[in-house]
Amino acid sequence: MSILVDQNTKVICQGITGKSGEFHTKLSHEYAPRFVGGVTPGKGGGKAVCDLPIFDSVAEAREKVGANASMIFVPPPFAADAILEAIDAEIELIVCITEGIPVQDMIAVKHALDASKSRLIGPNCPGVITPGQCKIGIMPGHIHKVGSCGIVSKSGTLTYEAVGQTTSAGVGQSTCIGIGGDPIIGTLFIDILAKFQEDPQTESIVMIGEIGGDAEIKAAQFIKDNVTKPVAAFIAGQTAPEGKRMGHAGAIISGGSGTAAEKIEALQAAGAHVAKTTAEIGETLLKAIKSK
Amino acid sequence: MNIHEYQAKKLFREHGVPVPEGYLCESPIEAEFAMRRLKSPVAVVKAQVHAGGRGKGGGVKLVKSPEECAKVAAEMIGMTLVTHQTGAEGKLVRKVYVEAGSDIKKEYYLAMLVDRESASVAIMMSTEGGMDIEEVAAKTPEKIVTVQISPITGLQAHHIRELCYGLGLPKEEMKETQKVVSNLYRLFTKYDYSLLEINPLIVTGDGGMMAIDGKMNFDDNALFRHKKIEAMRDFSEEDSREVEASKSGLNFIGLDGDIACLVNGAGLAMATMDIIKHYGGDPANFLDVGGGATEEMVTHAFNIILEDKNVKSIFVNIFGGIMRCDVIANGLIAASKNIGLKVPLVVRLEGTNVDIGKQILADSGLDIITAEDMADGAKKSVDAAKRG
Repeated sequence: MSILVDQNTKVICQGITGKSGEFHTKLSHEYAPRFVGGVTPGKGGGKAVCDLPIFDSVAEAREKVGANASMIFVPPPFAADAILEAIDAEIELIVCITEGIPVQDMIAVKHALDASKSRLIGPNCPGVITPGQCKIGIMPGHIHKVGSCGIVSKSGTLTYEAVGQTTSAGVGQSTCIGIGGDPIIGTLFIDILAKFQEDPQTESIVMIGEIGGDAEIKAAQFIKDNVTKPVAAFIAGQTAPEGKRMGHAGAIISGGSGTAAEKIEALQAAGAHVAKTTAEIGETLLKAIKSK
Repeated sequence: MNIHEYQAKKLFREHGVPVPEGYLCESPIEAEFAMRRLKSPVAVVKAQVHAGGRGKGGGVKLVKSPEECAKVAAEMIGMTLVTHQTGAEGKLVRKVYVEAGSDIKKEYYLAMLVDRESASVAIMMSTEGGMDIEEVAAKTPEKIVTVQISPITGLQAHHIRELCYGLGLPKEEMKETQKVVSNLYRLFTKYDYSLLEINPLIVTGDGGMMAIDGKMNFDDNALFRHKKIEAMRDFSEEDSREVEASKSGLNFIGLDGDIACLVNGAGLAMATMDIIKHYGGDPANFLDVGGGATEEMVTHAFNIILEDKNVKSIFVNIFGGIMRCDVIANGLIAASKNIGLKVPLVVRLEGTNVDIGKQILADSGLDIITAEDMADGAKKSVDAAKRG
């Protein structure tokens, strides 16, 4: 078992003929051959990387090759449209890697999503991987190891840190999800935490947050009320100066709300073990597992 | 992206939101003539800088004659204005806005922003205009009413009623509120604002409403479709190195410390600053080279961090996903050869093509301190900075 993706997932790439779409479809498909095609309007009928068929629309890809998941590499001005097309085609899992989508576009997407059967991961995220079964995204496959820790993170490269350390610690990963650092995202910490709690393969959880917003505070409350599995956490941006935007649109801190200190306190109060530095995520997880 | 008050007022005027008459001035003589044109017994001279709290810092002054207006403008232009938002170094005032004094009966507060919680545009209104809104929210939250606008329906009449009834506004102000709020909402969605704040929004003696101030913040990601807004950007208000970096697609923020960082990914870049502090060092910057950086971008990033004379060591921390370690390694070598490396360079590489990257660095013959992991790299760069 795992969450969101497994060996039965049938993935397409929207934007498969673009440079990044092509590159990461190839890497993901080589990691685990779950890709069944790609979509680039106007190039339908052709062949893409890994000899995958290209379709003109997501609906066509769904009909002809039974796609139930999509990885989106469409440039920011057209990315919201790509997500909405996947929603209309009733794709179950939509993973949007694109960075820089206008936030008002995402407002419309979020409302369409709420009224649909689809789940969106991202945007501006590394994607989802269940080691050994299915990789949808830009994470380096080789650092992962089949195992029992579920990882959920706002940041891409910090997810890799956590993966590297849980691999070294011998725990491995059940499923890893980068939910993205934008102000409006499809899937929240609590959605993933709920799934990890139910998933039999997942025995422990690593959650990585950052400054800005209150998603981590809500996650802490959720952990307190619903999560019985050991949780290790890390919050990035403990030393970020106020009022500065630190790359992720979400990671802006002003007026004393959404600080790292508040989030760390809430997580500790919820029973999570919080790593002091990124380098201590692995050992913090081992401590959390031991103390349960 | 932020804009100046005078630019915000122009946008208000163009979109049916009343503002007082006013003129942008770059010299005392212009200010004197501006006040004559206003035909108002009082005028307000306002420093045009991108920062709040101008009044307390001496950047907003009331004048009663064209001569006084010229005198105040002469003092203000060229001064360095320090407010709670500028930092201790302050901001140079290059221009002032001379505006007619208003007949203020009441002061309200109005703001629109993207509310991430409800994924909608939220409109916030308060009867406590002219005050610090965070203080109002803390002490008298009942004096603030917020409504959320679904993108499916857009702004409806009942939203306006909720604001007016919620704040107990008199009946005769409802029509004017309707006009101002709906024009502002149109403006907000048309140009992809992330924040629009008017404090105060006044009710004048004749019952009209007017925006006395205007703070506008636009979504950088949407500027590609608003050339008109992009053209309003004032680069002189921004940190020159940050501007330079953003032109080459890098995300850079200058800080006060002496350990420069070059990292891929915003989260890892923040965590790198954190771990440097943890080991007793002080980061000189936040620098995220992003996922798709090219060799040229890495070289450029290096140039930017080396411009900082305070830098005593450099910590390159890369966990390659999209970003390949060999690209980083080649960029580092090119930059080191071009500029000449005068401070210790600590490099930690991990992820995609890590072996190739490490080999390239080893073969380069450059004096590079390699780190096993993030903690090791942070410790080594802190040590190097202390020795230097």
